Amino acid sequence: MTLPPDRRAVSGEGYWRKNLTYVGMLLVVWFVISYGAGILFVEPLNRIRLPGTGFPLGFWFAQQGSIYVFVVLIFVYVFLMNRLDREFGVDEDAE
Amino acid sequence: MSVQAWTFVLVGLSFALYIGIAIWSRAHSTSEFYVAGTGVSPLANGMATAADWMSAASFISMAGIISFRGYDGSVYLMGWTGGYVLLALLLAPYLRKFGAYTVPDFVGDRYYSQTARIVAVVCAIFVSFTYVAGQMRGVGIVFSRFLEVPIEVGVFIGMGIVFFYAVLGGMKGITYTQVAQYCVLIFAYLVPAIFLSLLITGNVVPQIGFGGVDQTSGTFLLDRLNDLHRELGFAAYTSGEKSTIDIFFITAALMAGTAGLPHVIIRFYTVPKVRDARISVGYALVFIALLYTAAPAVAVFARTNLLNTVSEQPYSEMPEWFSTWEDTGLISFDDRNGDGVIQYVGPEARDAAGSPIENELTIDQDIIVLANPEISGLPNWVIGLVAAGGLAAALSTAAGLLLVVSSAVSHDLLKRSFRPDITERGELIAARVSAGLAVMVAGYLGINPPGFVAEVVAFAFGLAAASFFPAIIMGIFSKRMNREGAVLGMIAGITFTASYIVFFKFIDPSANTAEYWWFGISPEGIGTLGMLVNFAVALTVSRFTPAPPPRIAELVERIRVPRGAGEAHEISA
Repeated sequence: MTLPPDRRAVSGEGYWRKNLTYVGMLLVVWFVISYGAGILFVEPLNRIRLPGTGFPLGFWFAQQGSIYVFVVLIFVYVFLMNRLDREFGVDEDAE
Repeated sequence: MSVQAWTFVLVGLSFALYIGIAIWSRAHSTSEFYVAGTGVSPLANGMATAADWMSAASFISMAGIISFRGYDGSVYLMGWTGGYVLLALLLAPYLRKFGAYTVPDFVGDRYYSQTARIVAVVCAIFVSFTYVAGQMRGVGIVFSRFLEVPIEVGVFIGMGIVFFYAVLGGMKGITYTQVAQYCVLIFAYLVPAIFLSLLITGNVVPQIGFGGVDQTSGTFLLDRLNDLHRELGFAAYTSGEKSTIDIFFITAALMAGTAGLPHVIIRFYTVPKVRDARISVGYALVFIALLYTAAPAVAVFARTNLLNTVSEQPYSEMPEWFSTWEDTGLISFDDRNGDGVIQYVGPEARDAAGSPIENELTIDQDIIVLANPEISGLPNWVIGLVAAGGLAAALSTAAGLLLVVSSAVSHDLLKRSFRPDITERGELIAARVSAGLAVMVAGYLGINPPGFVAEVVAFAFGLAAASFFPAIIMGIFSKRMNREGAVLGMIAGITFTASYIVFFKFIDPSANTAEYWWFGISPEGIGTLGMLVNFAVALTVSRFTPAPPPRIAELVERIRVPRGAGEAHEISA
């Protein structure tokens, strides 16, 4: 650890809280898309079709949409965390 | 060229490539053997992870399962990809920062306990061997069907190849072979998928094509398939039969299990930085998604093709592939009403007078992907390619699993538990010897598969979800979590999950129906409940037992920030 102890504690706290906020927000989306749209509300959503296709919407979320959203979520997290690392000076570039 | 000639050429070329890579990437130190010297680029690691993760089950069985179960098959699609979100957000970066060689290493050090380490070692070995048996069976099937050699010979050849690069190169050899195997397997999966999509829907992208219009009937393909299902007495393809709660719990168990599987987790130890660990989970999921989003399309194409080809057709007019697969026992026809015509129907099928029609055709789900190119009349080289792809998927996963077993023995049991004074050279030899032994055990399991391979796969995920996943999460996110809580939590989670599965799968299989399940949760989904038991026990016990020593709190502080990942490699006990 390269930071002096006092600064580490202060920055660590704020950094960690922000990280938890990001993780929480992204996991809400993760849950709503897969467990929500793909499982719990699949029947009502199946009455709607993805426009222009033969996909019932709930079925599409369960077999396609959720996977696309998962990929996006990870890249958003990577972007947010790299920015956060730099903001708090805990990124690995300075090493 | 014949199918067999093409298969020999393509399988032979791919094997030569793996051997070449193995010779080029030999391991010279334990760090190279266990974690490829932490020098793998994130993109290469993403590919290697994708090959490591996508096993014979993903390549050979998954589209088949979806093809037969329709919407219910979604649990595998969401479960086996959604776990990567958990891995990226909750596990991979912190475990990389911690900088261990194995998963039991983290558990043992974070919970300052040899007991925790040993419990983790036992789980890791059990989960990995369970999995490996399935891979070797996949290798045997591909060899016996496409190259017409006995299953034993097929397994021996597979063992020989894995032995060569796993023992020689350890994680370094495995990583670069897996990169090559990913390229082989994704090409082998997408080529037939694209062919089929063009043939059936005229769309070159299978992921879009299966939502498109069927060129022969002029209606949406999924509507056409639902109609066929209704006529033949199957449940509608896009709705499924499982209860919502069961789908929910199975998906959750597969997600948490994926994130807790040791052979996947250790892949993220091999990159240079924490930042690389995060992004390489993203790359891994992109590479996995290429196959996972194509699989449901393949499932729909295969199902439609199959129904059109066999339903109400005379047995004597079946194409050649039918009889070759009959020889392997994976497809069987029993002409119950003696009319010489194949009745392939679901439980709800009724004739014009309203009396039930008997089903006469049994099809193993594993042949859907393997026989698909033949059923659709694709060129011979595509069939050979699928064989090479199936082998790549099975061998890459087997190698990753064997490394977990070998490092659990040489690192966790010898170096960190019973022989701490072992030299670097001695540990490397021990790692190679245990990798060699593990290959042999895996080969034995492949030739004499325990009759319950399919059942124990549910075990592997359930156990990983109920043991490792909560222990690691709490180790990172709770400074207060102590040795007593974690160990009792893991034991409670495993015992609960294992008892439930053993009861319904082995002790009283006749009671394995929704009526008798707790809250309607099947043994496949019980790992989720086991995980909750683990969390509950751990949190309760840790309240009433002493807090962990201050050095553990410091350790947790340290793994929460990325800076300094390079330093923390060989951890002091």
